[in-house]
Amino acid sequence: MIRSKAWIARSVGRLSRASGRGGGTTLPGRVLLKLDADAIDKLGAGLSDGATLISATNGKTTTASMLATILESAGRHPVHNRAGSNMTWGVATALLEQKGTEGLFEVDEAWLPEVADRLGPDTILLGNLFRDQLDRYGETEALADAWADLASRTAGTTDFVLNADDPLIADIGNSSGPGTTYFGIADESQALSELQHAFDAKLCRVCGHELTYDRAFVGHLGHYHCESCGMRRPEPDVSANRITLRGMSGVTATIDSPEGASELELPLPGLYNLYNALGAIATARQMGIPVEDSVRSLAGMKAVFGRVERIQINETSLSILLIKNPAGANEVIRTLSLEPAPVDLWIALNDRIADGRDVSWIWDADFEMLADRVGKVTCTGTRASEMALRLKYAGWPLARIEVIDDPEMALDHALKAAGSDLFALPTYTALLDLRNLLAARGDTEKYWEG
Amino acid sequence: MKLRLLSLYPDQMNIYADRGNILFLQHRCEWRGIDFEVTRCGPGDRFDPEAFDLLYMGGGQDRDQKAVAGDLIETKQQSMRIAKESGAAILAVCGGYQLLGEYYELEGEAIAGLGLVDLRTVREPGPRLIGPVAIKVDLDGRDRVLAGFENHGGRTRLGAATPLGKVMHGFGNNGEDGFEGVREDNLIGTYLHGPLLPKNAWLADHLIATGLEHHHGERPDLEPLEDSLEQAAHEAALAAARAG
Repeated sequence: MIRSKAWIARSVGRLSRASGRGGGTTLPGRVLLKLDADAIDKLGAGLSDGATLISATNGKTTTASMLATILESAGRHPVHNRAGSNMTWGVATALLEQKGTEGLFEVDEAWLPEVADRLGPDTILLGNLFRDQLDRYGETEALADAWADLASRTAGTTDFVLNADDPLIADIGNSSGPGTTYFGIADESQALSELQHAFDAKLCRVCGHELTYDRAFVGHLGHYHCESCGMRRPEPDVSANRITLRGMSGVTATIDSPEGASELELPLPGLYNLYNALGAIATARQMGIPVEDSVRSLAGMKAVFGRVERIQINETSLSILLIKNPAGANEVIRTLSLEPAPVDLWIALNDRIADGRDVSWIWDADFEMLADRVGKVTCTGTRASEMALRLKYAGWPLARIEVIDDPEMALDHALKAAGSDLFALPTYTALLDLRNLLAARGDTEKYWEG
Repeated sequence: MKLRLLSLYPDQMNIYADRGNILFLQHRCEWRGIDFEVTRCGPGDRFDPEAFDLLYMGGGQDRDQKAVAGDLIETKQQSMRIAKESGAAILAVCGGYQLLGEYYELEGEAIAGLGLVDLRTVREPGPRLIGPVAIKVDLDGRDRVLAGFENHGGRTRLGAATPLGKVMHGFGNNGEDGFEGVREDNLIGTYLHGPLLPKNAWLADHLIATGLEHHHGERPDLEPLEDSLEQAAHEAALAAARAG
C-alpha cells in the first residue's frame, strides 16, 4: 500500500516542479501524509542503518549540512532534508525522493518529539534553545520540558548528543540514557564582556534557583552552575580550545576529545558556527567517525544558501546572513563588527508567519555594537520602518539609514551605495524572496524551497 | 528636569524585548535635555516609593512569573501601593500586568498578585491569544490608538476597574468583552507586550510627562521631536493588526 501512495506523492512533486510552481521540497510529503498518516514510520523502517535527528533554535540547517559533509567524506550518503524543510512533510519528502540506508534530518523544535517517536532514531543532536518565534511555539522552558520527556521515553534506545554550554539542553542529560555525550567551548578568552540582553536561561532546571555564570560565549551559552543545589555544567567530551575568530573568513580552534587534539580550520564565521561544528563532530564521533576525519572534512565545507554565502554582483560582493532571533542576530552583528568599517548593509525585516508575526525581537538584539561602524544602511521588508526605528534608537546615524519598502528597489539602492562589500541581513521569508530575486536576475541558480 | 525610572525585575520580566521600552524612554528624554535615571529592582530588593516617577514591569515566562510573584508581595507591595497613590506613572506589560491584580490562576493553582487593581486572570482552556492588536484609548482627553502585539494564555477580567481601551483588532483582555488593559490613577496595565512604546511614541511621551509631573509638581509641555520613523512604525503595526 505504502508503495502506491508513495508513487502518487512522488508524481505530484514531479508535476509541481515541472510546472515551475515550486514547493517541490514539501509537496510530495504533504500529499503522502494526507494519504497515510504513518508514512514516516513505514518509509523510515527502510533506513536499515538508522537515523540521526538534529534540532536547535539556531543552526539546524548548517549543523545538518556539516554532518552530511562529514558522512559523505566517509563514503556514507544519508537521506537528508538538505533544503531545510524540517517539519513532518519535509522529512517525508526526503524519505520519498532519496534512496539510502541511513537518515539525517534536521527537525523543527516543536515537531521533534513526533518525528522521533515515528523514526526511532539512533542519535539525536540538540544544539541550543533560544527565544525565537514565541508567537508560534510558546516558551523555551516548555520546549525543554517536551524534549526532556522525549529523552526519558527513549532512554536506552536513542543516544543524545548535547550542548553542555546550554543549561536548557544539558539538563536533558538528566533524562536521557547512558549513551549521552556533551560538547562545548572551553576557551575562556572568548567570553562576552557582559551578559547579553537576550538571556534565556536564568533559573536552574533542577531546583529553580538563579544560575551563576562564570562566563557566557553566545547568549546564555557558557559556563554556569547552581549555588543552591550544586548542579554544574557537564564536562564536555568534545571541546574547543585556543579559538581565533577571523571575521567573515572563519574560525580556527583546537578540538580536544578523548582521541587527542585536532586543529580545526572552519571556513564559516563566528562562535555560533563553531558550536554547530562541535555538535557535528561530536555526533559523527558517536556514529563511529574519528574527530580527525571530521575536522578534515569541515575544512572543505561550503556555506549553505543564506547561512553566510557570497555572491558577486558586478563590482560588489554580496554576503547573505540570515537573522531571525536575538541570539542569532547578535552573532551576525559580532561577526560584522570584526569587518573593516564602514559596513554597508541591506536589512530586510518581514513579519510573515514563517518569520514570526511578532517583530519585538529586534529590540533584544544588540545593534548598538555596530553604531559607529556602519556605512550606508537600507531597510526593507514588511516592517522596514520598525527596523529603521530600532537602528535609530541603537544610535546609528539617521542620515545613513534609508527605508525602501520594495525589496528589489532596496537592493538596487544598497548595491549602488555600497563599496566593494554589501552585507544582506534578511529574516526567513525575506531570504526566500531574495533568493528568488537573485535567481530571476540571473545572479544565482534556481533553488527550490517549500 | 529629571525622570527617575524604576525597572522592576529587569532580568526576570523581559521576555519580549521589554528593554526596548526603556531604551525608547531614555532617548526621548535625553534628546529633550531631560535627565534620565534607571534603577534596577530585582528579587529581594526594596525601594523607596518617593524616589521614582515611572515604574516599569515587563512580561516573563510562566516559571519566571511564578518566581517573582511571591517576592513582589513580600518586598514591594507596600511601596507599589504608595507609588500608585502618589501619582507615579506605572506601566505593567503582559505578565507584569497580570501580577497587578488579585491573582493569576494557572493549572488549578492561584498565584497571588499585588491586588493593586480590581482584576483577576485565569488560564482557561483554549488557545493562547496571539496576534497583532490595536486598541482605541481615551487619554489626555484625546482619542488615541495603541498598536502592538499580544501573546497570552491568561484571560483577564476587570472588576470595578476601568479598561485602558476598546479592542479595534485582536483579542484584548479575554477575547470576549472587547476591552483591553486597565488604567487607574496613573497606572496602565496592558497585554500589548514588549516594545509597545517604540510603536506608540505618544504613549511614551504621555508617560514621560506624567512622570515629570510627579517629580516636579507641574506637567511640562514636551518639546516635539522629529518622529517620522516613529509614525511610520506605528502605522505599519496598525496595518498588521488590521490585516489580522
